[in-house]
Amino acid sequence: MDLNYSAQETAFRDEVRAFLRDNLPAEVSRKVIEHRHLKREDYMRWQDILAARGWLGGHWPKEFGGQGWNHVQAHIFDEETALAGAPRVVPFGVNMVAPVIMAFGSQQQKDTWLTGIRTNKHWWCQGYSEPGAGSDLASLKTRAELSADGTHYVINGQKTWTTMAHYADMMFCLVRTTNEKRKQEGISFLLIDMKTPGITVRPFLTLDEEHSLNDVFFDNVRVPVGNRVGEEGKGWTYAKYLLGFERTVVAALGFSKRELGTLKRIAASEMRGGRPLAEDARFSAKIALAEIELMALDMTVMRVLSSRGKAPGPEASILKIKGTELQQTITELMMEAVGPYAVPFVPEAIDGNDDGAGPAHAAPLAATYFNWRKVTIFGGSNEIQRNIISKAVLGL
Amino acid sequence: MDLSFNDDQKQLQDALAKYIERDYGFERRRAYQGTAEGFSREVWAQFAEMGLLSLPFAESDGGLGGGAAEMLVVMTAIGNALMVEPYLATVVLAGGAIARAGSGAQKAELLGGIAEGKLIAAAAFEEPGARFNLAHVATTAKKAGAEYVLSGSKAVVLHGGQADRLVVSARTSGNVADEKGISLFVVDRKARGVSVRDYRTIDGLRAADISLDGVHVPAGALLGAEGAAFEVIDAVADAGVAALCAEAVGVMESLNRQTLEYIKGRQQFGVPIGSFQVLQHRAVDMFIHAEQSKSMAYLAAIKAPVVENSAGPSVGEAASVKERRRSVSAAKVHIGNSGRVVAQDAIQMHGGMGMTNELAAAHYAKRLTMIDFVLGDSAHHLSRFEAA
Repeated sequence: MDLNYSAQETAFRDEVRAFLRDNLPAEVSRKVIEHRHLKREDYMRWQDILAARGWLGGHWPKEFGGQGWNHVQAHIFDEETALAGAPRVVPFGVNMVAPVIMAFGSQQQKDTWLTGIRTNKHWWCQGYSEPGAGSDLASLKTRAELSADGTHYVINGQKTWTTMAHYADMMFCLVRTTNEKRKQEGISFLLIDMKTPGITVRPFLTLDEEHSLNDVFFDNVRVPVGNRVGEEGKGWTYAKYLLGFERTVVAALGFSKRELGTLKRIAASEMRGGRPLAEDARFSAKIALAEIELMALDMTVMRVLSSRGKAPGPEASILKIKGTELQQTITELMMEAVGPYAVPFVPEAIDGNDDGAGPAHAAPLAATYFNWRKVTIFGGSNEIQRNIISKAVLGL
Repeated sequence: MDLSFNDDQKQLQDALAKYIERDYGFERRRAYQGTAEGFSREVWAQFAEMGLLSLPFAESDGGLGGGAAEMLVVMTAIGNALMVEPYLATVVLAGGAIARAGSGAQKAELLGGIAEGKLIAAAAFEEPGARFNLAHVATTAKKAGAEYVLSGSKAVVLHGGQADRLVVSARTSGNVADEKGISLFVVDRKARGVSVRDYRTIDGLRAADISLDGVHVPAGALLGAEGAAFEVIDAVADAGVAALCAEAVGVMESLNRQTLEYIKGRQQFGVPIGSFQVLQHRAVDMFIHAEQSKSMAYLAAIKAPVVENSAGPSVGEAASVKERRRSVSAAKVHIGNSGRVVAQDAIQMHGGMGMTNELAAAHYAKRLTMIDFVLGDSAHHLSRFEAA
């Protein structure tokens, strides 16, 4: 039993750190660390740098152009990049659709799309949720009917909560190809070019007045049959296959470590009763409890990494629940830390184009807090995660 | 980085599970608890036979050189079966102090006796009014020729009334609560001037308040250097906390199993109550508490070995004292809080049955709750974590 990284793992970590030191643009990491809004070009700039190094999809198997990193290496990469303030790698291509294409895609799909993802040529979005299909995803209604000549699917319907659809070149999409008794059957998995006629992307603002989410409407959108992954009607199986691919990245360990550090810096600079807030017993106890939660999460991730080789269990659900709860605790404490300056809302300051009101670190904190309420809802709400554990582990 | 158990460690785990299955059912435990000493000498002899009583000590001291993994395995098993034997008091705390501070002769005699199962020892570190601060030592040890004379009071000494020897902290210089000036002495429980108020604990163990009234001990009873015992006490207590954390995990896992079984079987409104989502999610949270607690128990065990530098591949990394304190206190805070929740919810989910003393689950809930108050509660360790 040894908590230390091996010499090999340490060498890899040092390599990642050196790469970050030499290649992560300071103006991008500053935006990330200061909770400023990132634009498409910020993500693309960083992902181009990773792609050039062959590290966009470094955890992919070598046969698909990855580095073949093992779980520990992938974890080290995730943690170090987050700690350094790199933008998160947009997960929809690299982490979500890629494993499905690798497992079930045709050779042509592999050649086209995996290459496009690895080289950062294509931005992907996820077409799962619908107005009537959230946690109950299998009740989705977007229809795909085969054209008379059998060459195309014709799509009609609506997707929603589609993150960064306005930036996306491609969407992987669950559609209903037939109506079956079991709603999980009759669903197919399509790859859709976002420039296809009939697709309308309509933005809406989240409660922090940020635009990252969209409705996507399909009006007789023609998608070549060759863009279907695997068999017709098996889309649900493929979507669920992804769950088995959940990596420890869902714990967002590096993110929470970085943000806890930011919280401590803010608490050290804010004052209460003439003393730094960090020395206020009531507030410091809250930070300490969050830090202890972080240590527990860190150790759980280490245990998960140690037990690899065995079938992936419900660990991802635990990591999702505890990881997101912790992120919310930290964003909440950051907002609390700035006291009255949580209240002003100056969007230009969040974009970095205005000094805002109060200390510079204060401007984005309430907005970030509200935005971060999403993490316990998306990716399978934490209630759904509890249902998974209840069924899969506890047998209830 | 590898947190898995090796084959030997898995074998130990299996052996203990089989032993519990065969010889340590809940009715047996109840019987052992009801004896005059409150535990089973027979079980203790079997512990000796299995090598558990010398497990954490260095091979050069006649031990087996077990490390973090071995202690996790043993203490989790003790928690699983809710064992009432004085393993924490004798092996981890008193044994740990002797192994760290004792001379060759002291180790040979005392660790030898412990290993054979013939010597029960207890650690008398805490005092009335000290509230978990182990540097708060008002008990004095005054030099008188070739002897020391000890006077003072010790509080809630685990298995103090059953111990043959007590490892007592006493002040040889300085003021109450100074870390400097504390010494350790090995005191015969039956020595003149030692009086013991032995009692049951609410979780089925035994403890004692002990007063020392001019107790004469020879100079050879001094354990380690005079006035420099605090670091030993602090490290030993941390190993004790790590052991308690692992025990708590064993208790939680067993209690969660019992609760699950109950809600799957108990019918109300014509269905098993486990079909209600409100109970399912509560059961999931109890499961997650146990998993996170296990993670923290691993951390504590790795950072706070019973004996530093024991041989074998399973020894934790040489942690700095600060790092050890920080990790151990974090673990105790986490497990104190999680233990409270799991115990409360287990009682609640058993309904009226959870209120009966007949049910094993009630006893698991009691132990789990009381672990928080041994060697520092969550509030104490939260402060210690922040100070580290």
